[in-house]
Amino acid sequence: MGNKQTIFTDEQLDAYQDCTFFTRKEILRLHGRYHELAPHLVPMDYTNDPDVKVPLALIVNMPELKENPFRNRIVESFSEDGQGNLSFNDFVDMFSVLSEMAPRELKAIYAFKIYDFNVDNYICKEDLEKTLNRLTKEELTPEEVILVCEKAIEEADLDGDNKLSFADFENMISRAPDFLSTFHIRI
Amino acid sequence: MEIDAEYDSGSDVDSKRRAKGKNKPKPAARGKKAKADSVEESEEEEEEAPRKRKGRKKKEESEEESEEEQKGRRKKAAGSKKRAVKKDDSEEESEEEKGNKRKGGKKGASRKEKEEENNKEKKGNGKAAGKGGKDKQDDKDKKKNKGKNSSGSSSDDNSEDESMSEGEMARLKEEVEEKKKLIVTLRNKPWRMKRRLKCLKEAQAFVEKFEGALGKGKGRRLYAFKVMMTKVLMGMPYGSIARKTVPRDEQDSAMDFSVLFEFGVICYCLIWIKLLTFLQGYCKYSIMFYGYYNNQRSIGLLQFRLPLSYLLVGVGIFGYSLMVVIRTMARNANEGGDGAEEGAFTFSWKLFTSWDYLIGNPETADNKFASTTTSFKESIVDEQENLKDENIHLRRFLRVIANILILCCLGGSGYLIYYVVKRSQEFAKKDRNELTWLQKNEVEIVMSLLGLVCPPLFEVISELEEYHPRIALKWQLARIFALFLGNLYTFLFALFDEVNAKLDNEKEIKNETIWALKEYYDNYTLHHNVTENIPPPNISPADVIRGPCWETEVGIEFVKLTVSDIQVTYLTILIGDFLRAVIVRFLNYCWCWDLEAGFPSYGEFDISGNVLGLIFNQGMIWMGAFYAPGLVGINVLRLLSSMYYQCWAVMSCNVPHERVFKASRSNNFYMGLLLLVLFLSLMPVIYSIMTLPPSFDCGPFSGKDQMYDVIMETIEKDLPPFMADIFSYASNPGLIMPAVLLMVLAIYYLNAVSKAYQNSNMDLKRKMQMQRDEEKNRRNNKDSTNQVMKDLEDLLPNKSLIPPPSAEETEKPADQLSKSPKVTGKPGAAATGKGVNVKKDVSLAAANPRAPVTRPPGPRPPGPLPGNARGPLPGQGMGRGRGGPPPRR
Repeated sequence: MGNKQTIFTDEQLDAYQDCTFFTRKEILRLHGRYHELAPHLVPMDYTNDPDVKVPLALIVNMPELKENPFRNRIVESFSEDGQGNLSFNDFVDMFSVLSEMAPRELKAIYAFKIYDFNVDNYICKEDLEKTLNRLTKEELTPEEVILVCEKAIEEADLDGDNKLSFADFENMISRAPDFLSTFHIRI
Repeated sequence: MEIDAEYDSGSDVDSKRRAKGKNKPKPAARGKKAKADSVEESEEEEEEAPRKRKGRKKKEESEEESEEEQKGRRKKAAGSKKRAVKKDDSEEESEEEKGNKRKGGKKGASRKEKEEENNKEKKGNGKAAGKGGKDKQDDKDKKKNKGKNSSGSSSDDNSEDESMSEGEMARLKEEVEEKKKLIVTLRNKPWRMKRRLKCLKEAQAFVEKFEGALGKGKGRRLYAFKVMMTKVLMGMPYGSIARKTVPRDEQDSAMDFSVLFEFGVICYCLIWIKLLTFLQGYCKYSIMFYGYYNNQRSIGLLQFRLPLSYLLVGVGIFGYSLMVVIRTMARNANEGGDGAEEGAFTFSWKLFTSWDYLIGNPETADNKFASTTTSFKESIVDEQENLKDENIHLRRFLRVIANILILCCLGGSGYLIYYVVKRSQEFAKKDRNELTWLQKNEVEIVMSLLGLVCPPLFEVISELEEYHPRIALKWQLARIFALFLGNLYTFLFALFDEVNAKLDNEKEIKNETIWALKEYYDNYTLHHNVTENIPPPNISPADVIRGPCWETEVGIEFVKLTVSDIQVTYLTILIGDFLRAVIVRFLNYCWCWDLEAGFPSYGEFDISGNVLGLIFNQGMIWMGAFYAPGLVGINVLRLLSSMYYQCWAVMSCNVPHERVFKASRSNNFYMGLLLLVLFLSLMPVIYSIMTLPPSFDCGPFSGKDQMYDVIMETIEKDLPPFMADIFSYASNPGLIMPAVLLMVLAIYYLNAVSKAYQNSNMDLKRKMQMQRDEEKNRRNNKDSTNQVMKDLEDLLPNKSLIPPPSAEETEKPADQLSKSPKVTGKPGAAATGKGVNVKKDVSLAAANPRAPVTRPPGPRPPGPLPGNARGPLPGQGMGRGRGGPPPRR
């Protein structure tokens, strides 16, 4: 350990451990991955919190995200500026929420954000259409898309405002049998 | 320790005298720190402020400790190495303090009497301080210490002061606990990492600052708490339970199929034909079958009772299987309990949970896209069908016709089997060598062919019915089930006919043997003139006249059935899947239409059919295992090999089933089928054990009238007599009847109880629904109160990037609350917060909960724009239910 370059101080690691669902080792590995994304951009030494951000285009190409139809949304919703530029903190945050250990409630919140394409804190019909089109690679006819979106809203919208608030979403997703097992990325 | 304690209790009194002067400035200082006279004093005061809130009893110790604490913190800033040492120190000391506390508390009452000991204790005081402070504690500190002690004891005297500090201490304690909880649950907060880190730092600082002051070992408890909470929150680590581990069969599949295949193709046909003939030959008298086992009562040194154990194992297998199946079903039922109303969220679930975020492989992703699309299309079709209104009479007619057709099929197949079995009995009477291979194995071949042909036929017929796919699948499964069961039972009945014939035959042979034996003895006495000690007839064991041994025959039938079943399954896979896949793949280059997408296409992997096959296979094993113990071994081999074989087939030449019938673990459908099969296969075996006499010259029960006589024999001969008595009483109908009655009553009672639970469950569900509705109404009217909503708003991009107000404002109130004694608000929160912990704010808002909602929820104005607003101001919409419309709407 002695001759290795220090990436984080002990306090930093402890703090990350307290704030995420990762162990020290995993955090170091995450830093490795983060560093790999942009070796010229990301310093190895993180002891003094450098203000570095990796752009969306690089992150989206990670093998863990590459096939995900919602990859841009995932990265955007975890980035602090909303543009998809992730600092290391955001990066760790993202994989912490998507890790196996994260509780359902936390996952639900971020899932809501991911599916909320136009970032207005409601999932409206547009969002649903976008979700559906990404899920099916736009192979459904427009009528079918409209039908599905209407049905989905009809099912989950409890307060009748024709869009899904977080409460509606949470109520729906908390009963979904597959949510926990699917909303999960192993890194 | 003793000395310290003395010092504590004493010094209080002692310092009381000394520090009368200090009594006055303290309360003032607490109010306004700035009015301290000297630097030292003010420093002390700063320490004092929180300290004041502590209870009287803990005063002295905690003071010393907080001092220690403070020092520790300072040193931490200086260097981390020293910190570790210091931590040890302070921990040690806190131990010491605890001791003090205990002693002090004990002796507090008798403090006055001990005043005379003061002098001695003062000496102790010096010692203790020197010891406690170690290298770092200089004279000044000591002095301070004393001063504090005095001040603490001074507040002791002041009763007003005391009660105040009690309450404050409790509040502080509560707050520290809260902070600790916050630290532990921080990772569950939907905040940006930056905020989280900041919050963590603050909370840690707070806890460190005040926890010591409250007289607890700071490090350890926090740690223990943390560990506990993380365990609770995060559950087990990877690999500890099944869900979190990669299934074993997936781990080592996909590797070793090619070798198996090449070998298989060449040897396949040869082997099976050989095996079938082999069965009739040597196997018949091998360990595989009933007839091999001897009827000797006990074998070897250990007195192994073969007949008894044969019977007990045979019956025990059923008992064990029953138990396992029922336990699994019960567990499944428990797990699948809370799955709310099925089908309530078909589309939304599909939308939001159908993508598996773990997918990282382009091919898998393409498959997923395709299957998601089809599943959506299916649901759409369902939906449209629900709306459609069409000719119901035609449909009914078609369904009736379909059912009639299927009944005909079932009846026909049953008759065919009966006919074939009868024919085989005729064949059996003929000489074995005259028969062709086909004639010998007719029954098995016909049964397997029926199993092969009928299911697709049923599928074609069920097209007539136009059921919903899921229902259609259930019908299909039920029909296949009926077919298999019907076939099996006709087969069994035919077999029983055969057995009865064999039994008659056996009687003749038995008479013949007895007659031959008698003749031999007569001749022997005639020739040698001896009446006793006649040696047994000298015939080689191969030439002895033997009975037909019907048990072995039955066993052979089952083994043949199993083997031909394996054969058909494997051949089907080879031809129906592999050959088809090869043709489709390679002929596609030179064909008129697209074979892959068009007519033949690739075979589908039929999950439900395969599961049914497994279930039937298991049923056959259950039925046959008693008469052919080797069947179990064959089956193990079959399952092992078919796992790899089918795995290969699935990976290389199947496409996923278009619609998967979800047999999740919570679904007891297949387990129910298994239970039914178990029961049905149990009946004939038990019947034959209980009623048919065992054959006289083969098997472990030969020579007995009934198989269960073995048990009687054992009871009589091997167990002490009182046990025999007990058993005879236990088998008395007078005792059995009440026992049965009791069981019936127990079932009735348990049933009633479960009904009651169900009712209360429903009730609770309804209540939850109501509560949710109510909450929703409230949230509609004032959404600023909900913490989660606030967090969500905070997570909007650019929100945390506007540093000055947003970050500060959210943090500030917490800080202020934590620093200043929270005299306001907190008690109320404590009072109402008890009931609804999670949504404290909501419950606070519910002070007037019964007020009617005067206005329908109505559409909301578009949400706050991402850039400017930080959510609605607190306090907005407070006027719900108070008459006037809320300001926002």
